[in-house]
Amino acid sequence: MHRKATFTHLAIFILPALLLICVFVFYPCLRTISLSFFSEGKFSLHNYYEVLKSRDTINLEGFSKGFPLGTLLHNLLWITIHLPLTIFLGLFLAVYLKNVKGGSIIKSIIFLGMVMPMITGGVLIRFIFDKNIGIVNEFLKLFGFIPKTWTAYPETALFSLIFGSVWLWAGFSMILYSAGLETIPKDLYEAAQIDGASSMKMFFKITIPLLKPITIVVVTMTLLWELKIFDIVYVATMGGPGSASNVLALQMYTYAFKALNFGKSSVVAVFLAVIALAVSIPMARSAGERR
Amino acid sequence: MKIKTYKKIIHDSLAWIIAFIWIIPFLGLLMAAIRPMDELLHGWWNLETLNLTFKNFIGAWNHSNVPLGQGTVNSLLIAVPATVIPVLIATMTGYGFSRYRFPAKRSIYILIILMLALPQQMIAVPIFGIMNKLGLINNYFGLIIVHTAWGLPWITFFMRNFFTTLPVEVEEAARIDGASDVRIFFNIALPIATPAIVSAASLQFTMVWSDFFLALILMYSPEKLLATQRIPLMRGVYFVDWGLLAAASILLMLVPILVYTFLQKYYVKGMIGWSSK
Repeated sequence: MHRKATFTHLAIFILPALLLICVFVFYPCLRTISLSFFSEGKFSLHNYYEVLKSRDTINLEGFSKGFPLGTLLHNLLWITIHLPLTIFLGLFLAVYLKNVKGGSIIKSIIFLGMVMPMITGGVLIRFIFDKNIGIVNEFLKLFGFIPKTWTAYPETALFSLIFGSVWLWAGFSMILYSAGLETIPKDLYEAAQIDGASSMKMFFKITIPLLKPITIVVVTMTLLWELKIFDIVYVATMGGPGSASNVLALQMYTYAFKALNFGKSSVVAVFLAVIALAVSIPMARSAGERR
Repeated sequence: MKIKTYKKIIHDSLAWIIAFIWIIPFLGLLMAAIRPMDELLHGWWNLETLNLTFKNFIGAWNHSNVPLGQGTVNSLLIAVPATVIPVLIATMTGYGFSRYRFPAKRSIYILIILMLALPQQMIAVPIFGIMNKLGLINNYFGLIIVHTAWGLPWITFFMRNFFTTLPVEVEEAARIDGASDVRIFFNIALPIATPAIVSAASLQFTMVWSDFFLALILMYSPEKLLATQRIPLMRGVYFVDWGLLAAASILLMLVPILVYTFLQKYYVKGMIGWSSK
């Protein structure tokens, strides 16, 4: 069915993109991998050793002394809190808002957090947690908390960013689940209703299983986002105070463009890329199955 | 029946309460931007006295160190070509992948899909090196090329998925009538693909506009900084001028929000399409 391409076809349709991708994406990736393995002109695992044993990456002392725990564990913590919360929130909102009057306007409002640049997302997070004019403090005052800038203390900085980012990102899973709900045929529910199924049962036996492909996509994209988190941290806390909210992407940037240690920065980049590729395998597979 | 309508009213009102809670931070930002500093000190939610001012917006736009007006112009100079060029190239590539056979096609396609997951950190240092050698640091052309190359994989993937759903019969008929492949692409495939192209373009445009990392590593001289780069610089070290920062943030987010508002259908389709399928 597909036609055999002549050289002219390739030169017009395929090669321009391939050339640009090779020079500005593929080659740089290979170069980063090779940089990560070279130290003082020799092939070695020295950079890997340096990064892994560094307290920047994993700081076991943090478990007794408090934050920082190291970027790798910070990203992990981010995933542990942010992933389940945004998935459940998104699914709940998609189901809850399905037949609401003006539901699409409400969805647009919730989706705003996804539309704006993440730099402003970081500003907003810093803003709501501010000591003087942060709404979070005004709310917590009702419960007797003393106002403080939550992003400025090691023990709360990372958690503030994580919870703030839940607010920003929930719109993504909501929009995808909303689209997924539209694809479920109504007669499935009608048939189940005739058989006397409760709405709880219908949700778990029809909705959830049929949303599985969407769930794979949402989980993957959310994981990728959590791994690559950068702008929010940069503008809200700059990874501080004292690296208490530092993350892998920012660690890579600091190593490369502040400390000018390209070997170590490449190791962090490789870590990020390897984890990112690993988490996208299920999505790539499910995309392959459907073809 | 009556219980049902009651339930519906409660359900809908709760939904609007959720929406209200969700938008509170935005309301706060807007209040901080349009109210004078001395009123803000009592909390932006305190409405005992309410004076409105545009001072902060003007202040951010003409900021003495990092004027956002200049940044907005710069960002547009980057975002427009960094949308048009990759969308055009990748539309052709996506079409090529959906219509032709050629050596190593499958392997190349898999490589392109793998690139969708890559973090920008993976190319940062070598890209800086390449651009430095080419003399393209601090140069819009350099940043446009990088954004173009970075956008190509996902747009190719997105457009390929679109073109594979199109029937090829019309194209075959045109071919029998003697039309060349390039003509078929521009006269038949491209017009049909307009909605998909608008989806890809609206998403690519907002991504480039919102980009911070690539700009951060390639743009350094003060007058060339992009809009996103200026926001962190407006934040003082010891004292945060919230009015100014809020106004600047609103101006920055206005562009993607406008794109979303006017192209909502396409934007959402793009987001769903490129992450699934």
